[in-house]
Amino acid sequence: MLINQFLILGAVLFCIGVYGVIVRKNAVLVLMSIELILNSVNINLLAFDRLWGGQVDGNVFALYIIAIAAAEVGVGLAMVLLIFRNRKTIALDDLSEMKG
Amino acid sequence: MFAAGTESAGWFLEHAWLIPLIPAVAFFLIIGVGKRLPRGGSEIGIASMLASLVIAAGTAYQWIQRVDAPVAEGELGLSRASAGFGRVVSEKVATEGHEVLPVINSWNWFDIGGLKVSIGSHIDGLAVTLLLLVAFISTLVQIYSTEYVRGDRRYTHFFASITLFSAGMLTMVLAPNMVQFILGWEIMGLCSFLLIGHWWEQKANSEAALKAFWTVRVGDMGLLVGTAALLSVFGTLEISEINEKAANFAGDNKGMLMFAAVALFIACIGKSGQFPLHTWLPDAMAGPTPVSSLLHSSTMVVAGVFLVARLYPVFHVGLDINIAGQDFNLIAVIGGITILIAAGLAFVQDDIKKVLAYSTVSQLGYMMLGLGVGAWTGAVFHIFTHAFFKCALFLCAGSIAHTGSHHSFDMKTDMGGLRKKMPVTFGVWMVSTAALCGVPFFSGFFSKDEIIDSAKYNDYKLFYFVAIIGAAMTAAYMTRATYLTFFGKARGGAAHFVHGDDALATNAHDAHTVDAHAADAHGHDDHHAPAHHSAPLPFAKSDSSWQITIPLIILGVLAVVSGYLNAPALGIHWFEHMTESSIGSGTAMSVPPPPKFTWAAAAPGLLLVALGFVVSLALCKAVFGEKKNALQGLTQRNVLLGAGHKFLVNKYYLDALYEKVIVHSIAHPISRVVYWTNQNILDGMVNAVGKGGKRSGEFVYKYLDQGLVDGAVNGSGATARGAGTALQPVQSGKVNLYGALLFGAAAVGALVLVLVNS
Repeated sequence: MLINQFLILGAVLFCIGVYGVIVRKNAVLVLMSIELILNSVNINLLAFDRLWGGQVDGNVFALYIIAIAAAEVGVGLAMVLLIFRNRKTIALDDLSEMKG
Repeated sequence: MFAAGTESAGWFLEHAWLIPLIPAVAFFLIIGVGKRLPRGGSEIGIASMLASLVIAAGTAYQWIQRVDAPVAEGELGLSRASAGFGRVVSEKVATEGHEVLPVINSWNWFDIGGLKVSIGSHIDGLAVTLLLLVAFISTLVQIYSTEYVRGDRRYTHFFASITLFSAGMLTMVLAPNMVQFILGWEIMGLCSFLLIGHWWEQKANSEAALKAFWTVRVGDMGLLVGTAALLSVFGTLEISEINEKAANFAGDNKGMLMFAAVALFIACIGKSGQFPLHTWLPDAMAGPTPVSSLLHSSTMVVAGVFLVARLYPVFHVGLDINIAGQDFNLIAVIGGITILIAAGLAFVQDDIKKVLAYSTVSQLGYMMLGLGVGAWTGAVFHIFTHAFFKCALFLCAGSIAHTGSHHSFDMKTDMGGLRKKMPVTFGVWMVSTAALCGVPFFSGFFSKDEIIDSAKYNDYKLFYFVAIIGAAMTAAYMTRATYLTFFGKARGGAAHFVHGDDALATNAHDAHTVDAHAADAHGHDDHHAPAHHSAPLPFAKSDSSWQITIPLIILGVLAVVSGYLNAPALGIHWFEHMTESSIGSGTAMSVPPPPKFTWAAAAPGLLLVALGFVVSLALCKAVFGEKKNALQGLTQRNVLLGAGHKFLVNKYYLDALYEKVIVHSIAHPISRVVYWTNQNILDGMVNAVGKGGKRSGEFVYKYLDQGLVDGAVNGSGATARGAGTALQPVQSGKVNLYGALLFGAAAVGALVLVLVNS
């Protein structure tokens, strides 16, 4: 099995995710991009797990990441919802109160 | 759970861990449900402290039985009874035959890297003393507080914090190992921050809280480093093992032990307000008075002294205390400097609480000095007696502010002539002052004199002189404070109170509550509800209410009688007998026995104290008597002394007494000539002493306090601010930019990783 193909797929997904995080102004789209990044990592984990001996380590890690991603997106969407209720916008440019 | 002591240890000794646990649980109860209770949580706090007090008393009782048990049938009891005056060395040997083992209970807390860290209780004479002291004083202070902070907007939080504060101190006192010790130590640091900044709406208060917290943190670094050093030397964190190994120390790495001792002592300097880091203590007066009282008597500030006493073998061996030919050591030097500097500063304070604060610093210097010259018993006994009379003094100050001076602590503008109207407060103040000054047969005399005597007999001659001069200064500044507060003419708030139309002062007080709050700079901004006071005691109707006066009376009595637990002058060595097993003994360590008491040896110190008292009284009469006239305009004395004295009156006007003497004598040389020619000898002396005291006080304050200490603190602050400003643009608040930075940093990291590995 050619592992390169999985790694390249992971790298491409990762880059798309990073691009989305950096340039998107819509908070929901940024969250989606983060999901892409996490899933690219999952692909890498599964690929390496398969390559080296097939213990369950990589699978367990991937499961962890899926669970954490679900929790993270739950919290994230709740925050986005609240921000939208308060301000009628979810454009990240307008949310610069944390400016130092 | 296992008991390391003998099997026969009693129930209280085995269950002493309940003492800190009850207030700790009470803290969460108060936070959780306190606001819904009719008394706002104070009942939980007081009940928990009472429960702790009962268990602590039971523990003390069983400890006494434990110490006396082997003595009962032996020859020791007889020899002690017949020893009478003074204690001889052979008796010490006899005692060591019946070494009283501490009672240690511990549970495994966590294991880390093969090191077991336990939590539990370590009961010995020293711990029992402090447990009883802390529980007792906390109970009284909480009862006092129910009246003092009545109606405060954070009443519940106040009681929660003060309960946790006591729990922290009790945890630390009981600690069987350094980890629990640090835990209690830090709980206290946190609570002191919360309580000093209790009225944080005023910026000065929150700044004082921060200053206290950070200054102590500087010292806390020493505690962590010192503990790590102890672990590396002895391979254990258990206090009993550390003490035993240190007392029998024979290894090569003595330098490491010395390093540990110095690092730990830096922690004590921070916590106990010793010389370079004492600046936080007077500022800590921004908190409510009961907090100052608790902080300065039995908790917080004695934690540093307690650390030295607890790990005495480490310090004694590490710093070579009592080695023949040693004239000074770190602990004694720091203690000695602290005594003199703090006593000097106490002369130039107008705030009654600040006088007491500097007095505490000075007395802590005595305790450190005692530990530094080998007078372990004297130092620990001084903790014990000092707690009662200093707590009483602070509560008196609070009583005056609460009832007599409309929430002002300024002795010169709002006090004076209060002795008739506040008989209970006045009486307790006088007794406690006598104890603080070391007047014979009051408690402070017995403890302080043992420290002074030991300094002389253990060949620390220089510190003997420091100590007796410090004693004289103590008498002098306390005379000044007493005179300003209780004698002379009533001024400001006190004048309102003393000359109020109402027979009952509480009514007069209520009438003035509103304007007092408007003008008050001390942030005593409670009493939003109409202040309804509880009843005063029947025989002192114009004094504060019973929640305030009853704790005062109890403390006042103890300020006298607590000294008789260990009165070398009367041949009583009971306290020493109860605690001496905590000192530690071993081959590398020889603590000299306390010197035999003779009145001849005590005489120089007592004479100096008397001299300080007389000189100070004369000066007060001269100086503040003049001032009284200034406030009243023209009075008989002014008329008598003529126009030339108006100058003098103006110079002694209001708070800036000492500064104005200097400024005028430099700026107006002609008036200075008039000034000098018009004076009699007494007033000439006033001027000279005033100048000297003012100059040294100012020098210390300006250069050491402000320049050196504050300069260092401000410098680090400025550095942090500069760095913050430089990094500010990065904090744009734009999430996308943060993301880009994050991934950029990760990319750089990955690149480095690849380059390094290829």
